Amino acid sequence: MAEVMTKGVLLALLAAVLGVGSAAYAEEVGDFVLPSSKAAAVKNCVEPTEYMRRNHFELIRHQRDKTVYGGIRGTSHSLSGCVSCHVGYDDTGAPVEIDAEGQFCRSCHAYASVEMNCFDCHATVPRGESWNHEVAAAHAHITGSALMGPTAAER
Amino acid sequence: MKRIVYREWLLQPQRYWGLLAILAAVIAIGGLSALYMEHHGHWVTGMTNSVVWGTPHVFAVFLIISASGALNIASIGTVFDKKVYKPLGRLSGLLAVALLIGGLLVLVLDLGRPDRLLVAMTTYNFSSIFAWNIFLYSGFAAIVIGYLWTMAERKGNYLQKPVGTFAFLWRLALTTGTGSIFGFLVGREAYDTAILAPLFVVMSFAYGLAIYMLVLFYTFDADGRPIGPAMLKRLKNLLGLFVSAVLYFTLIYHLTKLYGAKNADIETFLLISGGLYTGLFWVGWILIGGLLPLGIIYHPELSQRRDWIVAACAMVIVGGLAAMYVIIVGSQAYPQEMFPGYTVIQFGAPGDIGGQVASYYPSFPELLLGLGGVGVALLITAVGVRVLQFLPESLADRDVDPHATVRSSA
Amino acid sequence: MNHETESMNQGRRDFLGAAAGVSAAAVAPGVFLHTPVANAAPRTDPVTDVHRWGLLVDTSKCADGCTACVDACDTENGLNLQAKPHGQDELKWENQHAVWIRKVKLQDNLTGHVTNLPLMCQHCEHPPCVDVCPTGASFKRADGIVMVDRHTCIGCRYCMMACPYKARSFIHEQVDHKLTRAPRGKGCVESCNLCAHRLDSGDVSTACAEACSAEGHQALIFGDLKDPMGPLRQALAKTPSRQIRQDLGLNTGVRYAGI
Ligand code: SF4
Ligand code: SF4
Repeated sequence: MAEVMTKGVLLALLAAVLGVGSAAYAEEVGDFVLPSSKAAAVKNCVEPTEYMRRNHFELIRHQRDKTVYGGIRGTSHSLSGCVSCHVGYDDTGAPVEIDAEGQFCRSCHAYASVEMNCFDCHATVPRGESWNHEVAAAHAHITGSALMGPTAAER
Repeated sequence: MKRIVYREWLLQPQRYWGLLAILAAVIAIGGLSALYMEHHGHWVTGMTNSVVWGTPHVFAVFLIISASGALNIASIGTVFDKKVYKPLGRLSGLLAVALLIGGLLVLVLDLGRPDRLLVAMTTYNFSSIFAWNIFLYSGFAAIVIGYLWTMAERKGNYLQKPVGTFAFLWRLALTTGTGSIFGFLVGREAYDTAILAPLFVVMSFAYGLAIYMLVLFYTFDADGRPIGPAMLKRLKNLLGLFVSAVLYFTLIYHLTKLYGAKNADIETFLLISGGLYTGLFWVGWILIGGLLPLGIIYHPELSQRRDWIVAACAMVIVGGLAAMYVIIVGSQAYPQEMFPGYTVIQFGAPGDIGGQVASYYPSFPELLLGLGGVGVALLITAVGVRVLQFLPESLADRDVDPHATVRSSA
Repeated sequence: MNHETESMNQGRRDFLGAAAGVSAAAVAPGVFLHTPVANAAPRTDPVTDVHRWGLLVDTSKCADGCTACVDACDTENGLNLQAKPHGQDELKWENQHAVWIRKVKLQDNLTGHVTNLPLMCQHCEHPPCVDVCPTGASFKRADGIVMVDRHTCIGCRYCMMACPYKARSFIHEQVDHKLTRAPRGKGCVESCNLCAHRLDSGDVSTACAEACSAEGHQALIFGDLKDPMGPLRQALAKTPSRQIRQDLGLNTGVRYAGI
């Protein structure tokens, strides 16, 4: 696992050092996606890759306000979405903190030397994120289905 | 009347640089403390979820209200046209800005996220008195700098009165605002009263003047400028007046609180059973900060002596810090009353203080941060008077008081 | 907030008089028509003031020594993941780590009767914490939930000074472990958010109320204060209840019966 990460970083560095043209460079940056992450198996990010490279923060920030103030958590531009798809796994199958050395967020931010402080507060591995759907489903028969609509009708 | 001549502070270089070095060291230690607190988080301080504002706030609030009080001298000179106070105006303005910057720095460095200062300055919640205070503070600094300019620059002299009046009104708003920060806290028994704002205004008068007098005496002595006995008398009488006013408003504060019977308990706590806080109230706030200095100021002999007056000023300052400690920390340590008629037996886990008096011990970093703020204020003042013409050459009576001149020549 | 539709609004009842009740009755049926049926799906449109979430605590049912609601909250919101900083005093840490809900035990001074109750953020309609927050980080969501936007909180703790219920906690330490659903970091303030993540994924429940029911106590009823037919309003209609510090007129979303 560690080698894979290192390889990714090395490749990117190599590309930069060898002065590979800018077109080639753009492709090499993609190597920050960890082979062990779900993202590796997916063809595209939630938006075109090139767009995401430049604008992911705008998307996350926009989503952030919608979530905090509007309670909208289901859309695809959430930070927790980024983490769950891009987090790498070690040999035992345990997720590795995404802001750790060599991991997806950290390596690219280090490469671009852009500060990153999402993870001052946000979880760095998916933890308890599937909760929403599981618990909600489990509750469906008790309270959930009796939620807003049928409440009055039932009684 | 003679034209007032202002001159840079002519302290010998060794002494001057020595002073700066000491102040710089105090500031550096304060800065390191802030870094330490910031790095580890506030758990290294004495502050908890019960006492959320600690020693840094004691210093910060003290410095900020003193800042507006220090400007008082200049206001008396320009707004109320008391000629004899005119030569004192420039130092008054400088000290006001310096104290304000020192206090604000402490406040900012104690934030949980000082790195988000930009957020604080760009997103305002206009229903928050705290946000208004940020405006009041920065406006205050700007206005005082403008005011200093009108005092120093001949071309601006004609603006002195309007700008001075504006500054005066602004500073009243500033101190009222600072008092209101606490006055608006409906959920805290000790603060829930309108008298807090005027109390803060008179406190600012007293503390600001005490600091002003100490700085004035020190700078004047250091390069041998004279201060006439009439001037001395005037200043100390003014201080006496302000200190009496503080005592008076303190009395009113406690009377209003005692009158509303539901506050009887917090009153008992502050006045009788509060241990450290009761001690600080009676010994610090009332005795050292009030009665003793008044005794000196109105003593027929002691009041003539410069060193006794210096002692009185120092006592007012110590008393002021004690008062801030009681107001800020003491009222948080006292449990919030949520269930009248009930005794709180248990409130969360043991140690999760709710029903009983919360313990708070100032930690060293907090204290050093607070002192660092004082250091900043003094450093700004020291550099200011050294490089610019803030200090009048002489405050000898015949130089400042036209009547004294008339009298002595007659 | 749409005050007129809210007959729970005791602070204003005097002013609005009977009209409030009438309009609430008139509007309420419409509420059901317009509300989409939730089938446990995450929401896609912003919360509105059609609902106002709240709780009723029946203190007579709250058991002495039971901490089910507190434990459930700790697990639900990752509070149990906080670690005491190395070398910190145990008791001081109790007063420094974040607490969203706490068990309070009271004794009546006259009768000696002992009452237990859970105390959390009361989700005030007129929240002092929101009024004082300099950056607007403390805010009230359209559905009445009061929370902190961590992205703008500067950690000044003014809201903690202002809250009459000691409901808020400051994060005093570096937080290494956190849940995806409950972000948490050094230097910000937080408090109970009525399990907003549950509501937002279409589940009308809170961890505390659920745990209390699971224990068989049923001392906590969670629901919509604006739904006259809902469980919360039904329970409120049957039991006399009051707000803690009712004198402040904050119109809290959490009500207590039996004190
Ligand atoms: S209980 Fe406290 S934290 Fe909650 S809304 Fe009211 S004032 Fe704010
Ligand atoms: S601590 Fe945060 S939420 Fe509370 S008043 Fe300050 S900025 Fe607002």
